[in-house]
Amino acid sequence: MEQHYNSAGTDPSPRGTSSRGGAAVTARASFAELQAEARVRWDQLNNSTTPRIILGMGTCGIAAGAGRIEEAVRETLEQHRAKADIEAVGCIGLCYAEPIMDVVAPGGPRISYGSVTTRAAEWIVVSHVLGGKPVPELAMAVIGGDPLDGIPRLEDLPVMRGQRRVALRHCGLIDPTSIHQYVANDGYAALHRVLTEMTPEQVIDIIKRSGLRGRGGAGFPTGVKWEFCRNAEGWPKYMICNGDEGDPGAFMDRSVLEGDPHTVLEGMAIAAYAIGASEGFLYVRAEYPLAIRRLRQAIAQAEEWGLLGDRIMGSDFSFHVKIKEGAGAFVCGEETALIASIEGKRGMPRQRPPFPAQSGLWGKPTTINNVETLANVPPILLNGPEWYASVGTERSKGTKTFALAGKVKQPGLIEVPLGITLREVVFDIGGGIAEDRRFKAAQTGGPSGGCIPASALDLPMDYENLSRVGSIMGSGGLVVMDETSCMVDVARFFLAFTQSESCGKCTPCRLGTKQMLDTLIRITEGKGEPADLDRLMELGEAIKAGSLCALGGTAPNPVISTLRYFRDEYEAHVFEKRCPAGVCTALIHFEIDPDRCTGCMVCARNCAVGAISGAKRKPHAIDQSKCIKCGSCYELCKFSAVVKS
Amino acid sequence: MSRRLLHQPMGVVSVTRESRGGVGQQREQVGALGFHGKKVIGVPAAADPIDDLLARYGGEPGALIPLLQKVQERYGYLKGCHIQQIARFLKLSPSEVYGVLTFYAQFRLTPPGRTHVRVCQGTACHVRGGKRILQELESVLNVRAGSTSEDFEYSLEKIACFGACSLAPVVVVGSEVHGRMTPQKVRKLFEGNGRRLTEEKRLEAVQGGGE
Repeated sequence: MEQHYNSAGTDPSPRGTSSRGGAAVTARASFAELQAEARVRWDQLNNSTTPRIILGMGTCGIAAGAGRIEEAVRETLEQHRAKADIEAVGCIGLCYAEPIMDVVAPGGPRISYGSVTTRAAEWIVVSHVLGGKPVPELAMAVIGGDPLDGIPRLEDLPVMRGQRRVALRHCGLIDPTSIHQYVANDGYAALHRVLTEMTPEQVIDIIKRSGLRGRGGAGFPTGVKWEFCRNAEGWPKYMICNGDEGDPGAFMDRSVLEGDPHTVLEGMAIAAYAIGASEGFLYVRAEYPLAIRRLRQAIAQAEEWGLLGDRIMGSDFSFHVKIKEGAGAFVCGEETALIASIEGKRGMPRQRPPFPAQSGLWGKPTTINNVETLANVPPILLNGPEWYASVGTERSKGTKTFALAGKVKQPGLIEVPLGITLREVVFDIGGGIAEDRRFKAAQTGGPSGGCIPASALDLPMDYENLSRVGSIMGSGGLVVMDETSCMVDVARFFLAFTQSESCGKCTPCRLGTKQMLDTLIRITEGKGEPADLDRLMELGEAIKAGSLCALGGTAPNPVISTLRYFRDEYEAHVFEKRCPAGVCTALIHFEIDPDRCTGCMVCARNCAVGAISGAKRKPHAIDQSKCIKCGSCYELCKFSAVVKS
Repeated sequence: MSRRLLHQPMGVVSVTRESRGGVGQQREQVGALGFHGKKVIGVPAAADPIDDLLARYGGEPGALIPLLQKVQERYGYLKGCHIQQIARFLKLSPSEVYGVLTFYAQFRLTPPGRTHVRVCQGTACHVRGGKRILQELESVLNVRAGSTSEDFEYSLEKIACFGACSLAPVVVVGSEVHGRMTPQKVRKLFEGNGRRLTEEKRLEAVQGGGE
């Protein structure tokens, strides 16, 4: 897809100055040359006399129809025989407003339009691109400029005000296919500083002082991890980036890999220098084809410019990166399982110690860091550890990205200072609950995490506080639930997931999760017994104690935490055979209120099993013996005549 | 145990498929795997060459999974003869290769449909009605999740998460991602393609779905 864009930032064909070309190029000369060229191009781009149209082309943008918008833009341009540069960027995180289209008219600011339809796109092209007049009715924000015609600055949008972007600093703003745009925005400057001014020990010290902790979930201090590997005996050492973002409901790493691949490569190279590795692997899920494509391209560009490969920037440090595509196993997010997978084996975790820092890939010292962790590394080295540590709480420093999804008005990708309250995240940044329903709980940490109830809305979110309320920070999935979400059903959902993803090595996990799932299914079908609730707790504790890896060790969390806060819902299922949220199909039924039914036939026509009968303009009725409780009629009825009970 | 029994193909992977010309006309054996990789039944390996792929990964440690991925990328699924060739090349037993490929959800031993439909069943999709979307797809395409329709037109697969959670629920047709799906949009998406179902089949598809 990329080759269609005549982006001004697209890189030229291979050049002769690469350090692999054989010519002895000193680090400063060649990198300085790239920086100078990148700056010139960046200035040219910003002072371009051709209008620029920038489309959000991350997976989410494409899913929302960015491709159709692009077509509409091209057609309109062609009709008017006009020229404009069309560029593609990654996800800016305002996923609720996708498709997003930014326009820069010559001499004007960059104006972002949200929820663009093909007709809106035509209008924007005609008025703004061709006429130079922005369309305030459709505009969302001004990026990097002052408010204009009543269009607010991006930073002033409620969704952005509470955010602070470090790992996502470039996402949606620069062209991820252009190394020049990355370099023009301080890209690879941190790596350059590290290689020319610092010893590996100094790098580790800075990361330790910054307080950066692993963003994959466990929150282990990154600097300490690096130090272990640095001090471990054995050669070669390996640096692995864990991009196997398996938690359902999480997409932070995808956005970073798609929107700013170079920052991950730079972070990896710095980490490799610190631990003394010369070879690295980027393990990315196969479900993220666009991320893999972007990374391949970024690696090729970095190698071409001598920023990866042999003798990087003329120093003695060499580092080669390979991409390993995951093959669809959630457990491979666990580091020892991930290593087994790279080695070409079944991705089954093994006992620790020895930790990967001592004996990892092929038995050699290995460091594994998450994508987001690595994306934080270059800015920390450029701005200093104090800068990073000034944000956050006492033991949780810096910022954290969250994939805000579920029943929230403005789902998207956010990055906030640690210590922010859940209330700010859901109600200020997320815009509140969709359809103004009541907040019930937020689920963090995916299948390993738990639910945060409404009573903890004002708790500052950091690693310690979240574990105190029975959840975990996790990798950053944050799914919001309202009163129409059944917590027993949510617990069942997660157990079904962990049960099917259990690798089967440890019996408590393999059989215990199956037992827990069967019990939960029974409860949601109205066949639960009073003893089930205690049995679930007991089983949960046993599974936690008897499993080798974090998958089993955390699998019961969703059940334990929902039992802790929403025991009344479980009890309603067990004792009253009732689902208060109206989700568990076995416990609900639909009826038609004859007083409200107008006999419009819509429900009858759409019923998949023909359970609705009734003549035109006469009240309809549902045959309960045929009804499969799919809820189609309930969703379709315009007169609220279908009642769920 | 008799010698004869010992030499029975133990880790047998026998993949059969209906020829695409019509159901039940001809059963074509596309590959079978002997235990020691000596006796190959069915179509010879030369029919679906993977030598160039093997050559590309020669000597590289950890080559098994990338190789399986490349072969599947080319042929849509893994045939018995490929498993055998890969095993021989990497000096592994076919059962080891089989053990690895069945561990990972990505690998398939049966051919996919001409149109491969994936439906996200992640958390965000779940709370926004992903199960209904799955049921609707099963009903419209007349195929159960995890299988291929009889005429090889469609295959349907459940995915744990696509990472497009803010557009939940999500359906991926081929490589096209469709967000904010509703049962109505599913029907519209496959209008004309989806075959009219007999009442009985439709009932079966709808009721069986979801879990």
